[in-house]
Amino acid sequence: MSFVQNFPFFTIILCLLCAVSTFVAGDKWGRRLSVALLCVSVALNASVLWFCASNDMSYSYMMGHYPAPWGNEIMAGVMEPLMATLFSVVMLCSVLGGMGHIMADVQDHRKVYWINVDMTLVSLLALCYTNDIFTGYVFIEICTIGSCVLLSAKQNGRTLIASARYMIFALIGSGLFLIGVVLTYSVTGHLLFPQLHEAVAAVWADGRYTFSMTAAIGLMTAGIAIKSGLFPFHFWMPDTYGQATPASSGILSGVVSKGYIFLLIKIIYRAVGIEVFTESGIQAVLLVFGIGGMIVGSISAIRTKRLTTMVAYSSAAQIGYIYMGLGMGTDAALLAAILHIFAHSLTKPMLFLAGADLADASGGENEFHALRGAGHRDVMAGVLFTAGSLSMVGIPLFIGFIPKLHFASAAFALDWQQWPVLLGLAISTVLNVGYFLYTSMVLWLPEKEGVGYRGEKRCPCHYVPAVVLLIIAMAIGIYSAPLTRLIEQGLALFVKY
Amino acid sequence: MNKKDTFLRRWLRGEVEFSALLAEPVYPTPEEAVPYEPKENKHVAIRTLRRSRTGYRAAVTVLCIVFALFMLLVIGNLPQYGAADAPTVNEVPQRYVEQGMEETGAVNSVAGMILDYRAFDTLGESFVLFTATCAVTLLMCAAPGKKKEEHVFEAEVVRYDNDPIVRTVCKLVIPIILMFGIYVVLNGHISPGGGFSGGAIMASALIIYAIVWGEDKASRTIPKKAISLITLCALAFYACSKTYSFFTGANHIHSIISPGTPGRIFSAGLILPLNVAVGFVVCCTMYSFYMYFRRGEL
Repeated sequence: MSFVQNFPFFTIILCLLCAVSTFVAGDKWGRRLSVALLCVSVALNASVLWFCASNDMSYSYMMGHYPAPWGNEIMAGVMEPLMATLFSVVMLCSVLGGMGHIMADVQDHRKVYWINVDMTLVSLLALCYTNDIFTGYVFIEICTIGSCVLLSAKQNGRTLIASARYMIFALIGSGLFLIGVVLTYSVTGHLLFPQLHEAVAAVWADGRYTFSMTAAIGLMTAGIAIKSGLFPFHFWMPDTYGQATPASSGILSGVVSKGYIFLLIKIIYRAVGIEVFTESGIQAVLLVFGIGGMIVGSISAIRTKRLTTMVAYSSAAQIGYIYMGLGMGTDAALLAAILHIFAHSLTKPMLFLAGADLADASGGENEFHALRGAGHRDVMAGVLFTAGSLSMVGIPLFIGFIPKLHFASAAFALDWQQWPVLLGLAISTVLNVGYFLYTSMVLWLPEKEGVGYRGEKRCPCHYVPAVVLLIIAMAIGIYSAPLTRLIEQGLALFVKY
Repeated sequence: MNKKDTFLRRWLRGEVEFSALLAEPVYPTPEEAVPYEPKENKHVAIRTLRRSRTGYRAAVTVLCIVFALFMLLVIGNLPQYGAADAPTVNEVPQRYVEQGMEETGAVNSVAGMILDYRAFDTLGESFVLFTATCAVTLLMCAAPGKKKEEHVFEAEVVRYDNDPIVRTVCKLVIPIILMFGIYVVLNGHISPGGGFSGGAIMASALIIYAIVWGEDKASRTIPKKAISLITLCALAFYACSKTYSFFTGANHIHSIISPGTPGRIFSAGLILPLNVAVGFVVCCTMYSFYMYFRRGEL
């Protein structure tokens, strides 16, 4: 075994040790440790990605002395380190870009904030690499608590209400997922993905326990859908993402929801098997709710009068796209869904960071009437927000265009789903244009007389993380072939045993 | 405005002003401000509220009943629990039961399973407790340097330490409970028990102490630093020892940890120290939760 193959395990243990050390070290060193940890995580996961992609291999890594199905194991191919690298990069940029706001918003117990950045990272990494459905559940729990802390760290009334609401939804999601895991184990007798895959196929062929198996898959899917904010469970989103400190909003909307979705993709393709998933009928339900989310999320976004709430509702719409991809069920649609995870993860934190800067430039106000001409007051944030909006709408040259193109071309291979998907895409895009165009226009309207920059001046270097996200998003948007090839290679390894 | 005058119709007539959102809201000056007049009758409002609450309760009841019926149906379709041909009776539990003692050195196969076969999950679970403690600290604990709010109901708190019966019984019982907790932790690999249950028992002794002699005295007896230090050392030890175990296991390197002779107190390799670590973590977490919710600090 090559030394590089240990890296997924090393990153997980490093996160745990950093979290414990931060408790001793305090705020200042905790911050340094978290940033260093995120950098190390990017480097280590990128090395694993490079190793697996160049050797075109996936491998399982025993966590202990006992092989599957007796012991725990993690698995790394191309997809897992790719997602882990993406999550680490986005978290790093969110934390660095939102550092000023973290310092201002999180007054007490800042150390606890950094511990939970580490814990959220470890849970996301474990969700990426796990090859065991119960390990998945354990790290979902950590992720839930960690993200609640990130959210409630800015301790004002609305944030606390938002985090209570988020907690309730997240716990319902975890509970349903756990019931699903228990039912799956009762029917199949296994917890590890490869063994589950065979056992589920056998149960399905046998036909005696089809109902309970369908219920198990349905409950796990519903649990993750609630946690990631699929329509009609997206009502926790606006307050949650809209009220938290921008770094937390970026982390929660950019990576935490994607971590859950990636686990669901693994469960669908590696544990349950796409054939069983299609036959169970849950796929069609996902398609319907995905398209519903795309439209309802966008309509809700149009109706709001606050910038952050608008961006938050737009997340609900974007999550809908990903679920629509899973509901379409073809390989091309899965590719499009994963590309959309990339697009949304890279763009949304940028929007939250730029949005917070624009609000700062307007005296801390978020309402559109106060933001009029904010682009002139803070040009860099205005440009970043406009670029992010263009990407979310799906304008060519930006990353958001790539998944929409793939979704549309994948739709033509479908049966009855073809027209709902195409219409959903068209309506949602028009609605997206509606609110993002409107917002961008508001930002660049001429300033009213006598209104200048109303906020604290910040160092120009604080835009760098958002600019880095923009550069990555545009690079992929202009030349997406390498990423598409990498994902295709990953997906080929992903479903192969 | 006519009730049938929809948004669409107004839009078609060219009456919709999209820039209205941008207009600065007009706030009336204090002199001009009209005192607030509820638009509807107070009784109507209360009735509507009651109705919506009743509707909410009805919806929740229906949802719960439907979910319960659904779960009953699902349970009806599950394989019979414990039957010889149930899918859960396969090679996985077979090895845990038949070879568990030999491979892990633990007579208690549950301990062998959670702390050796599937130790990664348990590592995760211990860190769930740690994360939960952090969350409670953030929400309940007054910031360092800031004065915590005075207890409003201080006078109503019953002081049990003045009560001779409670005081005497607790003086007798607390050491026994602590001893039993330690026994359950240390014998976790030999008999039923282990870190989770033993830790909870030890925490109950500490909580009884805090209830009877007051949180302030408990806080002086068991200092905050000691609790943090014990939790951190336990977690760090758990993570480090399992790092060694996972690394040697995955790379097929010989591990120096041996299962020893099953049934002896110093056996079962890492399971005994891990049980102690988990016991400390659980005990400190439960006690901290009690103190945070009761006192606002450790």
